[in-house]
Amino acid sequence: MPKMNLSHFEAAVLFSLFTSVVMGVVTKRTDSERVQYGIYTFVCFMVALFGLGWLMYFGHR
Amino acid sequence: MAKEKEERQPAPPIGTWAPALALSWLIPGGGHFLLKKTGRGTLLLLSITSMFVCGLMMRGAMFQPASGDLLTILINTGGFIADACSGILYLLTVWLGYNQPDMAGAVHDYGAKFLVTAGLLNVLAMVDAFEIAARRKD
Repeated sequence: MPKMNLSHFEAAVLFSLFTSVVMGVVTKRTDSERVQYGIYTFVCFMVALFGLGWLMYFGHR
Repeated sequence: MAKEKEERQPAPPIGTWAPALALSWLIPGGGHFLLKKTGRGTLLLLSITSMFVCGLMMRGAMFQPASGDLLTILINTGGFIADACSGILYLLTVWLGYNQPDMAGAVHDYGAKFLVTAGLLNVLAMVDAFEIAARRKD
């Protein structure tokens, strides 16, 4: 099996994508709610990713 | 009125949900396929399998139960249970001899987390399959 070398950012985006899909599928009751919740979860992951990234950047200055 | 709604529903007979739950553990999304929820089952299968395969390609370590202090027991036993929740993916990996030692390195660490998370996501899929089989949701 080929080896995959991902940066922290790439790994976090992949993680967010897969997790958001599953969260969207299993939580809500209608398809449109599922899509909305999946997108919402992914956006939350991204906001946390960039937010914490900037927080650590300023924390280390 | 609200209290009545909050009352616990009686447990459904085991025969209605056990096959879906077992298949859901063995094959991610399998319970959904059994319950004719093909679209959702496909999404679960693709997401959980991709997460697991990415973990393997990053050479993540599989947890094994270990003794020692409380934190070591919690992390290793919890990690082992979460890994095993991936069903056939975990079994195939072990049967085919995947034996990645726990090494220092960020990518190995991401890989181990991907493997554990794939199992935990499969637990969510199992719970969803149970609720569908028990007619608590569509």
